[in-house]
Amino acid sequence: MKYALYTGCVAKGAARELLVAAKLVCGKLGIELVEMTDAACCGAGVIGEDNPMVADILNARTFALAEGLGLDIMNICTTCQGVHRKAQRKLAKSPAYKDRVNAELRRDTGREYKGTVKVKHLYEVLLQQVGLEKIREKVVRPLRGLKVAPFYGCYALRPPDVNDLRDPDDPDELEGLIAALGATPVDYPQRLKCCGFPIMMMNRENSLKLAGNAVAGAKDAGADVIVTPCPLCHLNLDSYQPQFASKMGRKLGVPILHLPQLVALALGFSQAELRIKTHVVRPTGALATI
Amino acid sequence: MANNKVLFRIQRFDPEKDEKPHQQDFEIEVAPGATILKTLHRIRAEQDPTLALRYSCGSAICGSCAMKVNGHAILACKTQVSDCVRDGVVRVAPLGNLKVLRDLVVDIEPFWESLGKVTPYLIPEGGAPEGERAQSPEQFLRIDPSTTCILCAACFSDCNALEVDPSFVGPASLAKAHRFIFDSRDAATQQRLREISERTGVWDCTHCGECSTRCPTETKPLERIEEIRVQAMADGHHGNAGARHAFGFRESVGKHGLLDENWLALRSVGFFNVPGLLSLMPVGLRMMMRGKMPPLIPHSIEKVDEVKKIFARFEELRK
Repeated sequence: MKYALYTGCVAKGAARELLVAAKLVCGKLGIELVEMTDAACCGAGVIGEDNPMVADILNARTFALAEGLGLDIMNICTTCQGVHRKAQRKLAKSPAYKDRVNAELRRDTGREYKGTVKVKHLYEVLLQQVGLEKIREKVVRPLRGLKVAPFYGCYALRPPDVNDLRDPDDPDELEGLIAALGATPVDYPQRLKCCGFPIMMMNRENSLKLAGNAVAGAKDAGADVIVTPCPLCHLNLDSYQPQFASKMGRKLGVPILHLPQLVALALGFSQAELRIKTHVVRPTGALATI
Repeated sequence: MANNKVLFRIQRFDPEKDEKPHQQDFEIEVAPGATILKTLHRIRAEQDPTLALRYSCGSAICGSCAMKVNGHAILACKTQVSDCVRDGVVRVAPLGNLKVLRDLVVDIEPFWESLGKVTPYLIPEGGAPEGERAQSPEQFLRIDPSTTCILCAACFSDCNALEVDPSFVGPASLAKAHRFIFDSRDAATQQRLREISERTGVWDCTHCGECSTRCPTETKPLERIEEIRVQAMADGHHGNAGARHAFGFRESVGKHGLLDENWLALRSVGFFNVPGLLSLMPVGLRMMMRGKMPPLIPHSIEKVDEVKKIFARFEELRK
């Protein structure tokens, strides 16, 4: 099992601990990674709103780089994953447009996107390629008693035709993974909602309300911790938590973990190795005792 | 295929009797191919005539019978029961983001009011023409998706931004705005783009994708919202955080290949917006204290020159 690791920007910036955890988990589970140190930002849907074709050329370049390595891409950010899959769908749908994008790409870089590379998120690789059975075998520290609320993130769910979930309207994949680690998945009304991150710079008030509702919903359902496969959701739910908690006038203190951090804890890595203390909300309660 | 026994768990509310909504179960045999709407009619006819719902054409044209099934908005006439059974149960509830009047009937007024905010009619140049205002097939195709909206409010119901802010104009209204912004016969394009670029408009959409996922037609509001943003950017409607945010992406990815998160935050707020800059401080300090601050000197990808070349022809490509 070998993948071209697309880190995305956030795992190189404000969530560097995500990259650490992803590499530790992959190493332990026998997933070999070749980091794509020459791949550019996916555009996060924003460059596409400024100039759709530039965004498509950037992503076609990323796909071409992986094709050059002869490897499929592994994402560790669901936003990158969703944007990549949407770009692939758009280029596959119109061969004429793909030719135009490739003509630009060739002119600027000498590269060409053939359309053969597959794009997967780490959690999809864990579920589909590694499998829950093998993960269960590798668990050395079952997270017994830990109540974990999965926060899927929009790009993992919508549009429904660009993800591999069994039922994007009522998924249970993260719940299955949480259970395989020995923890207890927690259901709550906001698990499929938006975290508010995309509008943090445009409408902070609304963004904080969305994030606050999500964290409060998980807490009210009894969660010790929220886990998410998207570092942008992580940023909003974690780094703004003191702000939205004070706006809501209630104590929240719900730690937010990156999905590979939760997996890595069960695989035996320490909180220090996973840099969990770099999160704004410190590990408390059941999480602190692991 | 034989009939199937299914439990319809329906949210009930009678404003004269109930303080808050409650669930009521109806067991019913459902024939293969039966729709949610047909089954609700049968529940009314055979079990409880007081069940209130809104419907009309039964053919996915009038947009009256939108409601939530298993937590997501659907058109009851267009959805088969067999696709909705989860452990023998189908959960039915009224649309979200709107006040419930009775059972499955909501007060749809706020939805109409939101449509009114985008001037949902043609503003032509000059007076009435002699004949019809002709359009080429290409011109029509530009607005074809947004003209298919049946105003069912499924998108309005599941919109995440509306859930926290009723003043947001909402996905159906933005799709309606698209229908006129891109109409070759409309003379108010720039005025529309200017108004829609302001607060509560096109940049307040969170991109959650619920609207397009729930849309029972080809309107797909999120795609229309994206097209409006591209046009607003191209036509110079830049005096807002959404446009500055897009500039921040263009500038930092164009230079480093990766996003410089520090630059993006400052650029989005605006360098001369002192209160805005100050408002970034709490989160900046929290992240700094945890050692989470993105690197002050941004890291560039290898072979960044390739990316710079792609961005250098940005303007050329836009034309």
